[in-house]
Amino acid sequence: MNFPILSSLILLPIVGALFLFFTKDKDGNNLTAKYVALFTTIVNFLISIYLWISFDQTTSSFQFVEERIWIKDFINYKVGVDGISILFILLTTFITPLCIVSVNNSVKNRLRDFLIAILIMESFMIGVFCALDLVVFYLFFEAGLIPMFLIIGIWGGPKRVYSAFKFFLYTLLGSVLMLVAIISIYWISGTTDVIALYELGIDAKYQNLLWLAFFSSFAVKTPMWPVHTWLPDAHVEAPTAGSVLLAAILLKMAGYGFIRFSLGLFPVASEVFTPLVYTLSVIAIIFTSFIALMQEDMKKLIAYSSVAHMGFVTLGIFTLQQQGIEGSIIQMLSHGLVSAALFLCVGVVYDRMHSRLIKSYGGIVTIIPKYSILFMLFTLAALGLPGTFGFVGEFLILMGAFKDNFLVAVIASFGVILGAAYMLWLYKRVVFGKLVNDDLKQMVDLNKSEYLILTCLAVPTLFFGFYPEPLFNTIEVSVTDLINMHNLSIASK
Amino acid sequence: MDNLNLVFPEIFISLSVMFLLILGVFKKNSSQLTFNLSLITILISIILVINETFSVNKITLFNESVVIDRMASLMKIITLIGGFLVLGISSNYLKTFKIFKIEYPILILSSVLGMMIMISSNDLMVFYMGLELQSLALYVLATFNRDQLKSSEAGLKYFVLSALSSGLLLYGCSLIYGFSGSTNFDVIANQLTSNEYALTFGIVFILVGLAFKISAVPFHMWAPDVYEGSPTTVTLFFTMVPKIAALTVFIRFLYVPFLNLIDQWQMIIVFLSIASMIFGAIAAIGQTNIKRLVAYSSIGHIGYTLAGLATGSNDGIQSSIIYISIYVVMNLALFSCLLMLKRNDQYYEDIDDLSGLSKNHPLLSLSLLIILFSLAGIPPLAGFFAKFYVFKAVIEQSMYFLAIVGLLSTVIAAFYYLRIIKIIYFDKEKEKYDSDHGIWLKFSLTFSTILILLYFIFPSQLIEVVSRIIII
Repeated sequence: MNFPILSSLILLPIVGALFLFFTKDKDGNNLTAKYVALFTTIVNFLISIYLWISFDQTTSSFQFVEERIWIKDFINYKVGVDGISILFILLTTFITPLCIVSVNNSVKNRLRDFLIAILIMESFMIGVFCALDLVVFYLFFEAGLIPMFLIIGIWGGPKRVYSAFKFFLYTLLGSVLMLVAIISIYWISGTTDVIALYELGIDAKYQNLLWLAFFSSFAVKTPMWPVHTWLPDAHVEAPTAGSVLLAAILLKMAGYGFIRFSLGLFPVASEVFTPLVYTLSVIAIIFTSFIALMQEDMKKLIAYSSVAHMGFVTLGIFTLQQQGIEGSIIQMLSHGLVSAALFLCVGVVYDRMHSRLIKSYGGIVTIIPKYSILFMLFTLAALGLPGTFGFVGEFLILMGAFKDNFLVAVIASFGVILGAAYMLWLYKRVVFGKLVNDDLKQMVDLNKSEYLILTCLAVPTLFFGFYPEPLFNTIEVSVTDLINMHNLSIASK
Repeated sequence: MDNLNLVFPEIFISLSVMFLLILGVFKKNSSQLTFNLSLITILISIILVINETFSVNKITLFNESVVIDRMASLMKIITLIGGFLVLGISSNYLKTFKIFKIEYPILILSSVLGMMIMISSNDLMVFYMGLELQSLALYVLATFNRDQLKSSEAGLKYFVLSALSSGLLLYGCSLIYGFSGSTNFDVIANQLTSNEYALTFGIVFILVGLAFKISAVPFHMWAPDVYEGSPTTVTLFFTMVPKIAALTVFIRFLYVPFLNLIDQWQMIIVFLSIASMIFGAIAAIGQTNIKRLVAYSSIGHIGYTLAGLATGSNDGIQSSIIYISIYVVMNLALFSCLLMLKRNDQYYEDIDDLSGLSKNHPLLSLSLLIILFSLAGIPPLAGFFAKFYVFKAVIEQSMYFLAIVGLLSTVIAAFYYLRIIKIIYFDKEKEKYDSDHGIWLKFSLTFSTILILLYFIFPSQLIEVVSRIIII
């Protein structure tokens, strides 16, 4: 057996967290803890880069598969990656070190505990993306609630308790139905191994109910309209690093779940429920875009824009077209980078002025020019300007949608315009215009670490905007295979 | 009398009880001595059980009125270990209240003896004898802190209501005896095939009596008051040990004499289970005293255990046994934390006393965090697996309604566990508590917390032991 590279990806952050646990917690800027955490996550990132390099892009089968007996005669611990999941692992390991660098401004007390929570979170998220057994997947999926609950609750803003509870209970409520479905699948098919289930297929008469149970969990996590209300609360109250993790990676777990499980395991039901997903996605795109227009809090605005962007993702997935699904994956990746960057941008001004309200800013372009330039880049990427990463995904999703359903595609296209409206208006109000407040003159421009983080995010945003080829090469075969498998099982029905 | 060695543990404990009683009466200041001897007694009994009965598949003794099988051995071991740890933890608590007396270990020993007899019973008479032995000891234990009004009240309440339920139980037994002509479980099983109404009455009476003993809704009313009023170590004993024995008897009753009448009792158990899960979750939300909260949460957990029993399958029985074993460990951990909230010889038991605990006692808070998330059933902690096995068995029998209600009530229950975590981690800190807790408390907390946290790495072991238990 080869070196268990995926398990080490999962375990390494936990080892780092354990190490931190036994170091002494100092007040103030605990540099040792930070370096340990940073080192762990960077090593993890390098391992995942190695994983990507040695990944065979010509096959759609799962690679680096590890299998161990876990509960005898029942569940095997099984992990592996294909073209779809490997990019999410990369996203996770890329974003986490940036989170840790960004921490020094937003987290004042109990830094060590915060880093432990982030590291444990990272390991659970990687686990979600490479689990190849439904129970293992569920385990990682749910376990992530604990550190996130603590991150929001301990280090969050004034309304943190309410937000933490809402986040926890909403997602738990969605997930328990999925647990019923997973156990049912075990009794129907005799296994919870995803690869085996792909081959066996699940009897069409059970698929609808099972699909709905999975949907209830993923819809809350995505989040789709009308169960999105936990997201703005959670985002607003979470510390910057928490918001970044939440937006960049946590939301992607559901999108990934839709592709891997809803499409892969229940092809017939996916076809049946496509209109439902279309309706909810379109409502999410249009409705939350309007809500975003009305927001006065910058973080809330970006949170609502996330809901709209995830609406595009669900729309793209259920077009069941090559372009649509590929677009969705790219959109999730770009949203991961861009929303993370936007939350960090808000964090930058918040750390200086302690206000997230749009109206307390204005005319800061001459005071902090570097910040303004980077903020503009990410604003443009968020609204999907050609040449940025945001454009690629959105464009492909709409192309897929036009192929499948003209009306839905037309309505969704309005979402693009609305997206441009609220993002540009936000940028105009914050950065341009008259100087509203003399205190703003004291603002200092980006410091080194902030500059580093935002540049790290800007480079891939631009690079993949112009040249997304490497990503497509990775996902293409897997997506084609997924669609073939889907069409096959529809045809055989 | 060939197989007398199989009941050596019981014989040994009863002889020890008599010896300790005499020793305690005739020797002055012998509390510490009796205490230590009782601990040794339990240890030796554990070894005896493991040595004599653990490998026995199924043997009946004394005219088939006592059965030694794998379930009995396992449950006896859990009971004994529970009794051992509770006794060990108790000493500091009792000394603080100046009630460190010889009666305490002796009463614990006799109630453990009663439970062991219950666990092995294969006959209505033997069962009732064991039940009364343990109950009588428990009544006295509940009032053990007799200078406190609440403790006496708890004991009296427990006594009156428990006697009532024993009466109902006995009436049910007499009905069953009347219809089957025997008190032996196996004989009853062969006789009971007809569908007579009076028989159903008998079963219902017995179930009501048993439901009372494990405090399942709607026969739970005594639990919060008794749990709150009794000395904390006795409450710990109540929430752990008698439940194991009562559950074993529950399993035996349902699956040996009444198995043929599963259509009659299945609905009752499903109802008890659903009612307990929902009521336990909702009623716990408003509590301010931790012991009362634990009472309601234990009602909820009994609901999940019963869900396993309602399935009528071996998988279900096994999942219930796994559930109760994990639950016992979680409870032990929770109460160990509770007993650490001590400042200037006073114990604190309000939820608000936990406020901001994480600032001054990071390790204790971390253990509480793990325990509470485990009780809420969040993976990857042991509590999740307990629920997982139960629902696996429930869904196997296509009882989807029960599974969905059960899982939804875990979401409600998660709320009040989260509330405690919120108070510990998000609220303002209070004064520091004492940090010297004694070796017993530290050991039981560390041991049980590590077990809860790391259970997911080796989940197969427990299953392997339990999967040898085959009742049907």
